[in-house]
Amino acid sequence: MVMGDKGGGTEAQQYVWGGAIPLQIHLHDSEVTTLPPPPPALVALFFYFVYLILAPRIGYLPLLVPQIKPFFSSSLPPGVDTVWFEYKGLPLKWGSFDLLCAEPERPWNLTIHFRGYPGNILTPCESEDSIKWSFINALKEAAYIINGNCKNIMNMSQPDQAELWRSVLNGMELYLDITKRLKKFTFVKALVPYALAAMLFIKNAVTCNLFPRPYKQSGDCSCTTYLSLLLFRLIALNFRSEVAGQLEVYLRVSSKLKLDIVGDDFSLKLNSSTSKSNQGVSDLDATGTTRTGRIPVRLYIRTIDEDTDDLEDVTAIGSWEKVSYINRPVEVHSEGKCFTLNGALKALLPELFTEASSTNAHTSGAEVEGGQRSDGDSSRSPGETGEAPSEHSRLPSDGAEIKLVRIQGIEPQLEIPFGWVVNNLMNPDHYLHICVYVKVLEPITI
Amino acid sequence: MVVSSDGTLSSTEFYFAASAFSEQWTKFNSALPQWSWVPSPKRPWIPHNQVNYVEEGYLSVENVILPKLNEIQNDGAGAHHYDFHVVYSASYRVPVLYFRAYCSVKLILSILGLYQLIIASSPDGQPLLLDDMEKDLPLNSVEQLTRSRRMFITQEEHPQLNRPWYTLHPCGTSEWMKLLLCNDASAAQVEGYLWTNTSSHGSQ
Repeated sequence: MVMGDKGGGTEAQQYVWGGAIPLQIHLHDSEVTTLPPPPPALVALFFYFVYLILAPRIGYLPLLVPQIKPFFSSSLPPGVDTVWFEYKGLPLKWGSFDLLCAEPERPWNLTIHFRGYPGNILTPCESEDSIKWSFINALKEAAYIINGNCKNIMNMSQPDQAELWRSVLNGMELYLDITKRLKKFTFVKALVPYALAAMLFIKNAVTCNLFPRPYKQSGDCSCTTYLSLLLFRLIALNFRSEVAGQLEVYLRVSSKLKLDIVGDDFSLKLNSSTSKSNQGVSDLDATGTTRTGRIPVRLYIRTIDEDTDDLEDVTAIGSWEKVSYINRPVEVHSEGKCFTLNGALKALLPELFTEASSTNAHTSGAEVEGGQRSDGDSSRSPGETGEAPSEHSRLPSDGAEIKLVRIQGIEPQLEIPFGWVVNNLMNPDHYLHICVYVKVLEPITI
Repeated sequence: MVVSSDGTLSSTEFYFAASAFSEQWTKFNSALPQWSWVPSPKRPWIPHNQVNYVEEGYLSVENVILPKLNEIQNDGAGAHHYDFHVVYSASYRVPVLYFRAYCSVKLILSILGLYQLIIASSPDGQPLLLDDMEKDLPLNSVEQLTRSRRMFITQEEHPQLNRPWYTLHPCGTSEWMKLLLCNDASAAQVEGYLWTNTSSHGSQ
């Protein structure tokens, strides 16, 4: 188990499970068939055509559909619905928030579609059952990577499987429930005009300084946006503790699968003997104890070729062709040695690191470009790379640098031990999702 | 080269196994559509050349028309075309079969597609739904398929093309490869891996 674990997960795990993204969901213009009477105010518009929801970061977007659909159903044309989501023209594949918004957009403005499912781009996700199976399949794959087989998942008892899925699902439902409860408060609606007036006042008087930076919208920062964000903050604060309960259930069932990568803050130790468990899964011990030294990772790489240091200026992704993504395990060889996030990225993307060549050919120092150090790279001046610390930016030979590494909405230091990152920031399917933004200094000529 | 005792392959071994397989195929099935090695599309920053500078890619045979086993099913909708890709899975360290099918006549299947979710517009025809593909399979396979469908045939993203394809779930591959290999030591050559693999898929 993870160090410092008191049954309810580490602080970082609680952060991940309690993390939520405010969504503002719009109905696509082409799918609106009935217009309600012209709304007298922004508020009306806000309540009819935009659906606000707080979605847990680790959840699955399609699970929101049953909640969202009734909201829009009156405006929909008759027929069969196949629901999908779009962000600035791009059909959404996964919970791809980290990847799509360079500078986190709050709330995340998504468009919902009920027609014209892009089946050649998206894998269908028709029901809760199919989402559950894709979760189980991902878990199976992760188990195979970690243990060399997926018997623990195949042999998981029905109650355990159900409970594990419920724990993932419940986190989602908790939030939905909260949103619903909030909607029922009629006094909230009654308060809206007053709140709006107050927000307008605040906005003009304090010139947005009241709000933390991520909540500042560079473009259209409407009052409703501010109001909704305020509501979201209230919700998030109140219910983080409830989500912690779900995390506890998840950790309890998940521990039976013996997928934990035992490690402390400094090394990833691959345990070869797990103590016998008394939780009725002793038949799994024979298969659950070998460790392959591999860690399941999904890596998303986005290339930014704009000449900008400000991530707010980065344009939206037009198509999935612009994103490289792979599902490739990271092999941990250096047992006992400190294996950092940086080391993991280096193993996955050797082309982005030149240190590998400089350590291999230590004697031929003349070949190493100026400014490159064999390790640490700490001697470069921090001002050189703008707001990012110098450790985050390394110059490979063809003029590209890692601009940003984001995991679960966090931008971790690359010096953090990889074991800590995996144990604390992985998704419930035991995959670590890493988003990497690469800035190209010269145009790529591939 | 000898296959490792756990029934898995490295990506380099996969390349050799694939080359050997397509050679053998040409030798014995020259009348049938041929398998070819397709290099992976280049993706920025992702290492393209794997260990030993073996080109990353996958085995592919496309536009295969399967002889219908049950002629009654032929509703005049045109032949069913199949694309098969064998892609290496770094997670499972085994080859994985991906497939999709489409019909040369658009209309019939696009109506079907309206009430099923697996619809897409492909330039050369409508992709088939899994239900339609089942009609192309022998009866006992269909029974097995419906029983274990969720576990073994899934629609997933093609790891190289990033489009939805059907796949045979690879989690059991290394297990029964291990079983087959320990029965027949002579088969335990990397070059024969894909032969053993495909024939056991067929007999399952």
